[in-house]
Amino acid sequence: MKTFRIGGVHPAENKLSAGKAIETLALPKQAVFPLSQHIGAPATAIVKKGDVVKVGTKIAEAGGFVSAAIFSSVSGKVNKVDSIIDASGYRKPAIFIDVDGDEWEETIDRSTTLVKECNLKPEEIVAKIKDAGVVGMGGACFPTHVKLSPPPGCKAECVIINAVECEPYLTADHRLMLEKADEILVGVSILMKAVNVTKGYIGIENNKPDAIKLMTEKAAQYSNIEIVPLKVKYPQGGEKQLIDAVIARQVPAPPAIPINVGAVVQNVGTAYAVYEAVQKNKPLFERVVTVTGKSVKNPSNFLTRMGTPMSQLIEAAGGLPEDTGKVIGGGPMMGKALLNTEVPICKGSSGVLLMNDKEAARAAESPCIRCAKCVSVCPMGLEPFLLATLSAKKDWERVEKEDVMSCIECGSCQFTCPSHRYLLDYIRLGKGTVGGIIRARNAKK
Amino acid sequence: MDLILVAVISLGVIGLISAVILFVASKKFAVYEDPRIAQVAEVLPQANCGGCGFPGCNGFASACVKAADAGSLEGKLCPAGGTPTMEKIAAILGMEAVASEPKIAVVRCNGSCENRPRTAVYDGAKSCAIAHTTSGGETACAFGCLGCGDCVEACKFDAIHMNPETGLPEVDEEKCTACGACAKACPRRIIEIRPKGKNSRRMVVMCVNKDKGAIANKACKVSCIGCGKCVKVCPFEAITLENNLAYIDPAKCKSCRKCEPECPKGAIHAVNFPPRKPKVEAPADTTPKAAPAPKAEAVKAPEAPKAEA
Repeated sequence: MKTFRIGGVHPAENKLSAGKAIETLALPKQAVFPLSQHIGAPATAIVKKGDVVKVGTKIAEAGGFVSAAIFSSVSGKVNKVDSIIDASGYRKPAIFIDVDGDEWEETIDRSTTLVKECNLKPEEIVAKIKDAGVVGMGGACFPTHVKLSPPPGCKAECVIINAVECEPYLTADHRLMLEKADEILVGVSILMKAVNVTKGYIGIENNKPDAIKLMTEKAAQYSNIEIVPLKVKYPQGGEKQLIDAVIARQVPAPPAIPINVGAVVQNVGTAYAVYEAVQKNKPLFERVVTVTGKSVKNPSNFLTRMGTPMSQLIEAAGGLPEDTGKVIGGGPMMGKALLNTEVPICKGSSGVLLMNDKEAARAAESPCIRCAKCVSVCPMGLEPFLLATLSAKKDWERVEKEDVMSCIECGSCQFTCPSHRYLLDYIRLGKGTVGGIIRARNAKK
Repeated sequence: MDLILVAVISLGVIGLISAVILFVASKKFAVYEDPRIAQVAEVLPQANCGGCGFPGCNGFASACVKAADAGSLEGKLCPAGGTPTMEKIAAILGMEAVASEPKIAVVRCNGSCENRPRTAVYDGAKSCAIAHTTSGGETACAFGCLGCGDCVEACKFDAIHMNPETGLPEVDEEKCTACGACAKACPRRIIEIRPKGKNSRRMVVMCVNKDKGAIANKACKVSCIGCGKCVKVCPFEAITLENNLAYIDPAKCKSCRKCEPECPKGAIHAVNFPPRKPKVEAPADTTPKAAPAPKAEAVKAPEAPKAEA
């Protein structure tokens, strides 16, 4: 079975909510929309206090090319444009909307009929995706229209859909495939049309046999979409790992990007959002979120409106367990511990994980024993122990030379380290600092 | 006997020949270095702290010599050595020393465990730089001290230490040279290099929180809430309010202490002033070094570079 060539780990899967159908979560009392929900420039608010908005009304304009518009997920009145602590742990500007109903914009097609035909030109599709504020739904939140506009000199050859969901615990994509397979496939064909390619792949790890079976059956009517079952290995959902696993091509070190080897990678959730945006005129304002954890009474998958506080999801899943040690936004490997449960659901919130005390506790650090396990599991072929040490010593020149910018921050090194060293903490510091140095250098030129 | 003689003579001859070769080589390939550079380097502290902005003490020495040749030592300052060192350098180079104000590192956060309740636990690597990137920190104040001690690590003069009780770094005024290494190491730019002030007395806003008043007020007992009372009371227009945060311009501040009692949160500190009595004598400038606290007696050594906090 296919997988990527080097490194990787296999954490306990813990897909507790895999058997739970997607439920629609009740509307929140107040919805909060942080203005920076994506990579790139923050959006600019275009509403002010007292404005009345409907579901699907644009409330913030994209702040540049690499940016995305934000739409209201509720109907009501703008309470204020203020700030809230978001998943980053810092206070960021946000729009607060008091909910008083569920009145949708008339332009949105709310019927559930499948619309297969799409007669738009590629540019029109990209424009429509941009107008709907669609970003990568896997967690990185890179604006989708940017990925669909290859830089000059690059040509896309295939679209690869990331339905791997290699993060333990999370099941949002898995459920989406089981329940919206037809829509996803239409979305994939629209994405293929947008970048003008004739080949599409959907990579699914084989711990989701039901999804593989269903998708293969449904994909039979599309001659150019192929379902690729993949061996279970983390971090297969990483863009470069997925390209390696599916079409056996290797993306060179940064600044090279996937399009340099002809691949456009999109998350399966993004494919669904693209379907809704292009065929149903529905901007991105809701998504499937997994609420899970070993002590959670009722691990579930919720179709959630953006801006809903995480506390409401936790309540719906049976409440906050008493032994909660950490609340993580995202999965256990790449997710981030949150400062409080009032953090709103954003475009990239794939899950809320409630770790119990035991899981959350970090083991005490001990000296490196030179076992080189971190080297063998690094999917990018780096030497994590070295990068961490150099970062701790602030030797930025060498950190750069050792290729820190290739790090995808998957955390496999830290996961596997028998000495529980803070490898990723230091590597992230090094990556951030070196990134700053490189930007400053480029700006000077 | 013969053998020893031969050995001595042959070694002696080899030595002689080598000496001649080395002598010729040293004359022929000599690199001229201004002897003043070595002289200047000798009077420098040789801590290589980089506070002057040059690569080490030797780098600073050659920069001084170059500047002297150009005509002025203006802008050259060894923060660790301060005025005495600069005077010595000036004497060596036959220049006039440019007077500079002594400066000191000031930690502008008073968010001790007592003042700033903990709202979260950080369990990552013990480094402020890393803690800063992960989240707002263990308290509700996303601007205040993280307490991991990056500044302590950065100090080459053993002049800044964590106080285990408050969890905040404290500057040793006698040892601090205002080289600015701690200010650079602090990811939150809490440490500022400020003029030491007359008799080491100075007025400082001990807060860098830029949140709106209500949020800052909730996060910390002694935060600046940007109410602007100090701005109004200041007779010298030394205090400015920007982004909900007051700042006292040390160049304009006359240390009248009017702002201190005015601050409803006690965020403005009068450092090294004698305790307030019914009527306090004006900050004496007659006895420059002697009087009040033992701290002020410190060798008035350290001076500072242009603050670049």
